[in-house]
Amino acid sequence: MPSLKDLKDRITSVRSTQKITKAMQMVAAAKLRRAEEAATAARPYAQRIETVLGNLAAGLTPGAPGPKLLTGTGKDQVHLLVVATADRGLCGGFNSSIVRLARERIVSLQGQGKTVRLFTIGKKGRDQLKRLYGDLILEHYDTEGTKTVGFEQAKDVADRLLALYEEGAFDVATIFYGRFQSVIAQVPTASQVIPAKPPARPQDAAPVAPYEYEPDEEAILTTLLPRYVAVQVFRALLENAASEQGARMSAMDNATRNAGEMIDTLNLQYNRARQAQITTELVEIIAGAESV
Amino acid sequence: MAKLPFSLVTPEREYASGEADSVLVPGTEGLFEVQANHAPLMSTLSPGILVIRNAGTERRLFVRGGFADVNPEGLTVLAEVAIPEDELKGDVLGRQKQAAQKALSEGGTPEQVLEQQRAVDVLAGY
Repeated sequence: MPSLKDLKDRITSVRSTQKITKAMQMVAAAKLRRAEEAATAARPYAQRIETVLGNLAAGLTPGAPGPKLLTGTGKDQVHLLVVATADRGLCGGFNSSIVRLARERIVSLQGQGKTVRLFTIGKKGRDQLKRLYGDLILEHYDTEGTKTVGFEQAKDVADRLLALYEEGAFDVATIFYGRFQSVIAQVPTASQVIPAKPPARPQDAAPVAPYEYEPDEEAILTTLLPRYVAVQVFRALLENAASEQGARMSAMDNATRNAGEMIDTLNLQYNRARQAQITTELVEIIAGAESV
Repeated sequence: MAKLPFSLVTPEREYASGEADSVLVPGTEGLFEVQANHAPLMSTLSPGILVIRNAGTERRLFVRGGFADVNPEGLTVLAEVAIPEDELKGDVLGRQKQAAQKALSEGGTPEQVLEQQRAVDVLAGY
């Protein structure tokens, strides 16, 4: 049976923890709103670039040798998994669920006899993957110290990916991130970035107006594809940022509620202990008085 | 005169949208001006000043890296960087200059060198 003082200390400690989790929840909520705004603001560019790419790709003759970024290297041997996670923990299962999905993919690819390489973005993912697959990690992109996701970062990552691709370091690149569905649900998602998969044009879409191209189709495609890769990375990073805050918000909400319940139980225990003490003292006094 | 529906988007947000009388676009193969009912055209951008003219007013923006897409629905400019001309000073200008200089010194294909040279030239005027 803990003493009265112990109980009191525990209550104070839990109460201050609750204050911290509550504050973290509110900060996450504010950041989540900003992250969601950023994700919405980035949507028009992504949509336009998709339409343009779709139009251009539709104009290519199938089977003809196109840019390597679009058609692939013709092999499917080396897979690069880009695992994007957060730099910080305390956000529920957010980081581990992305890592778990990546790990399942690694196991299944290795089972098929493929070579797997890793490119990690964010500290937590690297820390978790280092233990088992440290020798597979090819590169790491540090996002620490940056508060908001900017296109510059996405471009840096995309440039590194493209350079690696040019060197022939991998054949297929897939990015793993948490897709933001709602504050409670973030879905770990894998999407292929290289070779680029332009969105299929709907069958009933109006035929593309005969465009005039300056300088020419090929030159446009070669400048457009790297941008498309960057846009996809950017989108993944933005979704990830929103998901992280969402996950942290609900995790901290749970923690706050848990702390509340704990305080209630501890208070009950404390009161019981206090009453028991008073009763014992009274019994002692009465017993003492009677014996006189 | 018919108005040209127009939008300028950067990866981070939709920068400007609306209608304009005409838009002067710095294309890789030269400046061109787009008015309403322009023939469909797709051009890459060269670093330079984009001029939006509407009802006697002019908005000038520095743009770099991207495309201009003219289709029957209007003009869409996808630029990686877009900065209003009057904000092009001090720190912002310095950073752009530095980036262009650095990219120029790194070299690359003749087209890339030409593009960076243009960026340096345009920025040197401020």
